[in-house]
Amino acid sequence: MDQLDRAIINGLQGGFPICEHPYAGMAAQFGITEQTLIARIDSLLQRKILSRFGPMYHAERLGGSLSLAAMKLPEEDFGRVAEIVNAMPEIAHNYARDHQFNMWFVLATETPQAHADALKKIEQDTGYAVYDMPKIKEYFVGLHFKA
Amino acid sequence: MKSKPLIDDIDRRIILATQSGLPLEPQPYHAVAREAGISPEEVMTRMRRMLETGMIRRIGAVPNHYALGYKANGMTVWNVPDEQVDELGRRVGALEFVSHCYQRPRYLPEWPYNFFAMVHGHDRGEVEQQAQQIADLLGDADRGHEILYSTRILKKTGLRIGG
Repeated sequence: MDQLDRAIINGLQGGFPICEHPYAGMAAQFGITEQTLIARIDSLLQRKILSRFGPMYHAERLGGSLSLAAMKLPEEDFGRVAEIVNAMPEIAHNYARDHQFNMWFVLATETPQAHADALKKIEQDTGYAVYDMPKIKEYFVGLHFKA
Repeated sequence: MKSKPLIDDIDRRIILATQSGLPLEPQPYHAVAREAGISPEEVMTRMRRMLETGMIRRIGAVPNHYALGYKANGMTVWNVPDEQVDELGRRVGALEFVSHCYQRPRYLPEWPYNFFAMVHGHDRGEVEQQAQQIADLLGDADRGHEILYSTRILKKTGLRIGG
């Protein structure tokens, strides 16, 4: 990563315009050409320094449901349950965490009913309780990572 | 509870064409338009509307925070009096190192925490300092907290709507 990569990462975490030639407008702000900006973003994606470039959709405002849930699993059964949970298409992220509540996953579903059905299926297929941790209120989402 | 559809078929086509990323070509919205089978003007009008209504949170680069050296992600969880959680939630959310901040349900007695703040640091020491700053801000309202570190990513896919 050089100075230009850092400037692009720090300067482009939001506010990308919706217009005919958006890359050209942004490139001018960095003092580079449109082609250079596109090539740099492509390279940052290839090197996995960026995980995405584009619109971030707000699942709930699209009518979908995005929700956190947790499980408390004995270590010896953790792998089996992880396989069952990960195999479900509704599971977007799943993390192991160092706590008695040791599995935390995010479900992305298109309706609240599909969310409830998925949780029930996990309980039935694994034999363990799922603790539904929906957000009651969202105070903040977003972070500017400095490169 | 039945949710009413907030997006129509054309919005859906735009989302499908952009959810894994914006095309890397000089006129990306024109490329989306070709993919979605509508005019570029319609793509731009609808995406501006989605941005204004918050259906699109933002458009831009999403850094892989691990690659930028933010290797310690701590889910800090707090037991805060319910009547104070809204005001304190907004203040904690304003801290620059907090990426997500929510009120969530308790499961007493095993899970007393009703307030979650996700923080990101280069190492656990930095995360602990960040948690301390939150504790200082909460003061007496901190009735107990823990930091849960992720030890393994078991699955990570983008959020997707079906085709």
